[in-house]
Amino acid sequence: MLRASLREVSAALKEGQVTPTELCQRCLSLIKSTKFLNAYVTVAEETALKQAEESEKRYRRGQPLGVLDGIPIAVKDNFNTAGIETTCASNMLKGYVSPYNATVVQKLLDQGAVLLGKTNLDEFAMGALGSDTGGSTRNPAAHCGVVGLKPTYGLISRHGLIPLVNSMDVPGILTRCVDDAAVVLGSLAGHDPKDSTTIQDNFKPFELPNLPDVSKFSIGIPKEYHAPGLSSEILALWSKAADLFKNAGAKVIEVSLPHTRYSIVCYHVLCTAEVASNMARFDGLEYGHRSNMNKSTESMYAATRREGFNDVVRGRILSGNYFLLKQNYENYFIKAQKVRRLIANDFVKVFRSGVDILLTPTTLSDAVPYMEFIKEDNRTRSTQDDILTQAANMAGLPAINVPTALSERGLPVGLQFIGRSFQEKQLLTVAKWFENQVKFPMIQLEEVKRHDHGVFQHQKSASFS
Amino acid sequence: MAAAAAAAWGCGGVWWRAWQRGGGRCPAPAPRRQRAVSCNARGGAVLAGKSGLAPWVPVVGLEIHAQISSNSKLFSGSQVQFAAPPNSLVSFFDASLPGTLPVLNRRCVEAAVMTGLALNCSINKKSLFDRKHYFYADLPAGYQITQQRVPIAVNGRLSYSLCIDNKMSQMVTKTVRIKQIQLEQDSGKSLHDDTRSQTLVDLNRAGVGLMEVVMEPDMCCGEEAAAAVRELQLILQTLGSSQAVMAEGQLRVDANVSVHHPGEPYGVRTEVKNINSIRFLAKAVDYEIQRQIEELENGGTILNETRAFDSKLGCTVPMRDKEGKQDYRFMPEPNLPPLILYDAKSLPANMNHQQVVNIDWINERLPDLPSVKRAKLVEQYGILPEHSFTLLNEDGLTEFFENVVKQTQMKPKKVIGWILNDLLGYLKQHSLTVKESPVSPFLLADLLNLLEKKEISSTAAKQVSNRVIRSHKKLWGTAGKQITSCRNCVNAWFLNTCCGYKSVCLKVFVPENPSCCRKLLG
Repeated sequence: MLRASLREVSAALKEGQVTPTELCQRCLSLIKSTKFLNAYVTVAEETALKQAEESEKRYRRGQPLGVLDGIPIAVKDNFNTAGIETTCASNMLKGYVSPYNATVVQKLLDQGAVLLGKTNLDEFAMGALGSDTGGSTRNPAAHCGVVGLKPTYGLISRHGLIPLVNSMDVPGILTRCVDDAAVVLGSLAGHDPKDSTTIQDNFKPFELPNLPDVSKFSIGIPKEYHAPGLSSEILALWSKAADLFKNAGAKVIEVSLPHTRYSIVCYHVLCTAEVASNMARFDGLEYGHRSNMNKSTESMYAATRREGFNDVVRGRILSGNYFLLKQNYENYFIKAQKVRRLIANDFVKVFRSGVDILLTPTTLSDAVPYMEFIKEDNRTRSTQDDILTQAANMAGLPAINVPTALSERGLPVGLQFIGRSFQEKQLLTVAKWFENQVKFPMIQLEEVKRHDHGVFQHQKSASFS
Repeated sequence: MAAAAAAAWGCGGVWWRAWQRGGGRCPAPAPRRQRAVSCNARGGAVLAGKSGLAPWVPVVGLEIHAQISSNSKLFSGSQVQFAAPPNSLVSFFDASLPGTLPVLNRRCVEAAVMTGLALNCSINKKSLFDRKHYFYADLPAGYQITQQRVPIAVNGRLSYSLCIDNKMSQMVTKTVRIKQIQLEQDSGKSLHDDTRSQTLVDLNRAGVGLMEVVMEPDMCCGEEAAAAVRELQLILQTLGSSQAVMAEGQLRVDANVSVHHPGEPYGVRTEVKNINSIRFLAKAVDYEIQRQIEELENGGTILNETRAFDSKLGCTVPMRDKEGKQDYRFMPEPNLPPLILYDAKSLPANMNHQQVVNIDWINERLPDLPSVKRAKLVEQYGILPEHSFTLLNEDGLTEFFENVVKQTQMKPKKVIGWILNDLLGYLKQHSLTVKESPVSPFLLADLLNLLEKKEISSTAAKQVSNRVIRSHKKLWGTAGKQITSCRNCVNAWFLNTCCGYKSVCLKVFVPENPSCCRKLLG
């Protein structure tokens, strides 16, 4: 049951094959047995069971709220959840209990979803894993073998999402299959008056065709995404995927996005600038950690922020403030915005030339083992990991990771599809077709052995043919 | 501590300055010779320096923050209210809780457009919001949302009038250019409790909408600055875009002051803050001008600094916590799209005015501005222009005047004298507002009618009105009851100027006992 798709589970709940409470309990016990992974910052056991109980009552009455009723969900710990600690994995917000729910959280709860808890992230989402803004829905999805969707900027409300880069952040959706992503998208998308950057147009939730047809599509292969450091494994998978589309009758052409290589450095300037600004509110006065230093307001601020933020966060604040200084603003911030425009225009030109969807790798390689991971500093790591996903954030375009195959090491590898603004239906249709072709194996979680390198028990590695 | 005192009379003619050397902390300019001043052709005051030294041209610009009169704040739904219990009007956004976002208040935009139109500005159909960063306890987010790059209105002008030589008979009209009007957030309030070494922060005011009106340095002295601000205040109150009461912090003025020799470039300017009334504005500006002149003539230099006006001492002092130049690290506000305004031409066919802000629609509904009102009063009642200024300057006085005119046969040209001299004079003497006047329009009209009918002489009428007004406190104490007409008593009093009768009449001059009054006086 824990391996089934959202829709399968929903059907099972409706038919009474499993109850919301049973489902919830199973999830909670799995969370407990995988505690060493440190995936959850907060497990909301009590409230989850209560929500499951309420859901059960509704199912018994034959009045479920919708397809999400009783479905267990987890929410990254930078979304505000009323009554449940929201920490952003930072000392600065340790013990902080928000008085309000983020809009997306509220929407899920209104549909009857069961909130299991808050998941871990890099402090304030500032690492390769967890920066929601440079690929942190798609990157972990690729490494973990799940579907990760980053919708178009402005489609889903950011009210209640603690921001990293306001102009690039998008709530991301992680599910087992593309259909599930479409379902969740349907319940989250739409204008929110509390978020002025959401579009006004009415969003119509959609269902994907059972047997998608890609013969009419034009798939673009951006040559710049053959980036330095791309593993030969992934390169081969990418090429095979292109062939799959060709054989299905789709038009597959090579395209160019010439400013791709500037996206990381451009991102660095804009991201650190916004970070410096967004972190200015953490002063210990109204909420969050407050230092005991009380010689003066200024010294209290300084001590609070030194104690509350880690090196990465402080480093970015310093960089960002530097770029925003009057004498530097023109040369760094304005320049970066101009480069951003160029990057976005690359995509516009390609989509205007008749290409519908872009196909690229999501990551340079499969997941790097922990010991290797901690060797390089955060900036290098971000540079490496975000290179393939960042540009879509720059341009605000929708993008999705679809798990493709297992690597030689037995670790998941995915490929990315990037679509036109607000054309999620088209994007997910193509993604679903591809998912059907590759038939990525479901990961077995029931017997997870404690292992130094955190590698799960796996099936024999396979690549699709 | 004797304070340094400055007295200035008008800018149009000779400008004398008399200083008293004070023993206070205030670095008073030396009380030496008086400086003669005459206006140059452009109307800017020119101060003649010491003999042999070149004259000085003072330059004054103003930055005025007017709190927008609206139900809720600029970017959040919490209420706007003066003197509410601390931290009772604070939304999640105002408290800068992480994850909250700004949502623009339409009423605030309309207020800014109205004000821009009234000040003859060009309204920018597209304007932008920015973040201005600095750390302070009353700024929860660590930045203020303002409009630094492209504000909502630019390039306007404001006309105001002054009297020359302090004579009401000679008024001159001046203009000051309005550089821009921008929308921005107000900060909270911090109260320093030195006894307990703590700072108390009240965020009720944090996020309230402000219009910052920037006036170019076209003014040359305190009086001009005061007159310009007074006119702006009247305009804002007429529009209703701000109540503009300085005492409640709804109108705050910072003055930028510098001096230079004619023909030379502008001098280093200082910013003067902490000015709490229009009267203090004039004092602060004049003091600062004089201070700078003294400093420069003594071979010193002017620092580009921020100074606070100390109203008790009547001087400006450097502000300690504004040392060093601040880099505000301006950045576009990413959570607010550009503000788009429409006019009749650009309004798309399928949109109605309720969905968008339409500049033309607002323009058509602007009320009569003070200048128009004054012109109408002059035309309708045949009073002098300077009279109309005084009428509009006192809250409620125009209404009072018009009510008296309605109820009396006396010509308005004569009524105005009673209003401006007798009534207003008394009110000023006793620090009363028109609303607190013990004499109602009805009573005054009655009195004036007696005068018109020649039933009393004008001297007597003046005496009566003075007596009546002066007596109200004795009879009524501070209850402030207005004396309603008691015609018979007044009549009797005129006819009997004997002191005895007067005092008796006074004692029983009670509306509740008219019969008693009549009895005594026959």
